[in-house]
Amino acid sequence: MSDMQDFRASTRAWLEENCPQEMRQPMGEADVCWGGRNWVFQSDAQQLWLERMAVRGWTVPTWPEAYGGGGLTGDEDRVLREEMQRIHARPPLQSFGIWMLGPALLQFGSEEQKRHYLPQIARGEIRWCQGYSEPGAGSDLAGVQTKGVDRGDYFEVSGQKIWTSYADQADWIFCLVRTEPDAPKHKGISFLLFDMASEGVSTKPIKLISGASPFCETFFDAVKVPKEQIVGERGKGWSIAKYLLTHEREMIGSTDSALFKSESVVDAAREAVGLDATGRLADPLLRARIADFLVDEIAFKAELDRAKAWARAGNQIGVESATLKYTGTELNKRRQEINMESGGFDAVEWDFANAQSDEKASLWLRSKGNSIEGGTSEVMLSILSKAVLELG
Amino acid sequence: MQIFTEEQTMVRDMAAGFLEEKAPVSALRRLRDEGAVLGYDKGLMGEMAGMGWFGMLIGEEAGGVDMGAVAAGLVAEEMGRRLTASPFLSSGVLAATALRDAGALDWAAKVASGAAVVAFAADEHGKHEAGPITTRAEASGNGFVLNGAKRFVSDAVGADRVIVPAMTEEGLALFLVDPAQDGVTTRAFATVDSRNAADLAFEDVQLDGAARIASGEGAEAAMASALRTGRAVAAADLCGVAKEASERTLAYLKERKQFGITIASFQALQHRAADLYTQIQTTEAVIAAALAAIDAGDAEAERLSRVAKAKANKTASLAVREAVQMHGGIGMTDALDIGLFMKKARVSIEYLGDSACHAEWLLREAGL
Repeated sequence: MSDMQDFRASTRAWLEENCPQEMRQPMGEADVCWGGRNWVFQSDAQQLWLERMAVRGWTVPTWPEAYGGGGLTGDEDRVLREEMQRIHARPPLQSFGIWMLGPALLQFGSEEQKRHYLPQIARGEIRWCQGYSEPGAGSDLAGVQTKGVDRGDYFEVSGQKIWTSYADQADWIFCLVRTEPDAPKHKGISFLLFDMASEGVSTKPIKLISGASPFCETFFDAVKVPKEQIVGERGKGWSIAKYLLTHEREMIGSTDSALFKSESVVDAAREAVGLDATGRLADPLLRARIADFLVDEIAFKAELDRAKAWARAGNQIGVESATLKYTGTELNKRRQEINMESGGFDAVEWDFANAQSDEKASLWLRSKGNSIEGGTSEVMLSILSKAVLELG
Repeated sequence: MQIFTEEQTMVRDMAAGFLEEKAPVSALRRLRDEGAVLGYDKGLMGEMAGMGWFGMLIGEEAGGVDMGAVAAGLVAEEMGRRLTASPFLSSGVLAATALRDAGALDWAAKVASGAAVVAFAADEHGKHEAGPITTRAEASGNGFVLNGAKRFVSDAVGADRVIVPAMTEEGLALFLVDPAQDGVTTRAFATVDSRNAADLAFEDVQLDGAARIASGEGAEAAMASALRTGRAVAAADLCGVAKEASERTLAYLKERKQFGITIASFQALQHRAADLYTQIQTTEAVIAAALAAIDAGDAEAERLSRVAKAKANKTASLAVREAVQMHGGIGMTDALDIGLFMKKARVSIEYLGDSACHAEWLLREAGL
């Protein structure tokens, strides 16, 4: 038996023994385990599953063992995912720490920072949020104005962030702060980490056109951030931010994102519109739009599979993440438009005050943000035209 | 982001090198201006066959090289980039696949070696798959009598044989017909892309029993397999057209100056070019998936081949329309090649099914 077959067999046996039955059910948004200081487990099984996986480092399978990870190779990681999928095991923990801060620290953090912060993320003890966008710095992210004034052994941080997901529930924040006010725009930013319980931090949830959202406005009023809580060098935070932005777009390509979790266009239309006597969708114009959409949707799935294979083979997706982000999000907007169209009167029956996130209208409204958040479609096209096509 | 094996990279590079030298766009222009009857260069076709291209889908026992659909797609893409005129798709892919699956290995061997050109009469209507097959073959003595008509048969001009699907008492059958035979009328015509095709009429054409190379389920399967492989490789050909048209346009944007600056600096053009780039990426991915599924005998192959052709049609159409518009006035002139790409795309989009044709199949599959 090869090592990989061995690994698969032992992984399968361990999962069989240790994954509670309740954690082998399909999960919705509400079933996610985010962890953190104030986390209230939804069930004993959820807690047990997190603890068991964390002990093996399998909440972050590919991180080094020294930092709380599982130390798995890419191939082993793939086997673990396949085996988890086989029994429909839920991810034991999800967080911005795992997705974003962890990879940034592994790349740019000091040894001390890695040993301090990464195990806390792996065990689900600290829940992180991301302080990037500001009211005046959206697509032009490098224009952040939140300032960090040098007060000797600490930075005094003041300003405002916006679109901070789950800021009201997060324990710590990783944050882009302008610490070098006289340096050129891209060279004056530092990447700071600080506790959301610090004096001077406050948050306010944002209501979207689609209803309640995890987004918040986050305010900093002379927050004291010790200088050792900077990642990388002063004024070099932009390169970390750029790395993370690419990484964020890549995730759209390398994971089965929410894009494919919504109701299938085909089922929705058949149910809402019905078929005519020849077995065709009763609305011929809608049918034609669905046909055109299906071609693009199936083709995009092939493109995602290709990106996954590319990454599995040890290649960087890099700037191509902009292609995946652009194509995937524009496709999802089309999907939701079609679902609203097929839904007709039923789909517009929607009460803002009591909106559920899985209603057609909520999904449709929320999808409009897909091509704005994480870099707008226009920014993606500009990135591609400069970095790939070399137009300028 | 496409991962190629060493062998695949070699096939692609060899095809690119050979075609760049022997069959660039200027070769098509020359064939057009000389009024070449065949519409392709037969000597060049012999050289291609010598490299194994016409035997990629044929097993070694029948003189092929058995490299599969992925390899054929790589060659087709390079041909698409150069608008290469050749019976590669008709004879080397469609007919070769049908002959292989029908077990007609003697003719498969002739196709593989380039000794014969075999066309495939896939259509009877004004569009691909727009209606049922009405050509009929009645049993008569030891053979058959064929009546009916086929439309838009690529490379029928000069073909040694044509594979003709026809209905018999036992269902569908595939016949190998000599177009020079009594009762066959060939109406050849020029097409927009400076190639040609022919409508064939069959009036009491006497065929011997051996002319029937497949019947019943075997014929259905061989025809489906030929069309499946043909459309996926045709998609690769179109993807080559799209890539080349887009690359030539990008080069022009960087060179052309208006208002004192290169037009590549205009965001309106940058974003359109970048959008096209993303469409090409998606197209390339689904074509590769379709070709690989065909070689693997995957159940998804039929669906993917249809999506691949539909998507390639859409992307190539966008690419050539953008190419002509972004070239401006010079793009409208015959002196520049870019218009030839638009013409080639239009014909290739109709060949083996436009996007609506394949989208309709997807809808029926989905129960809509």
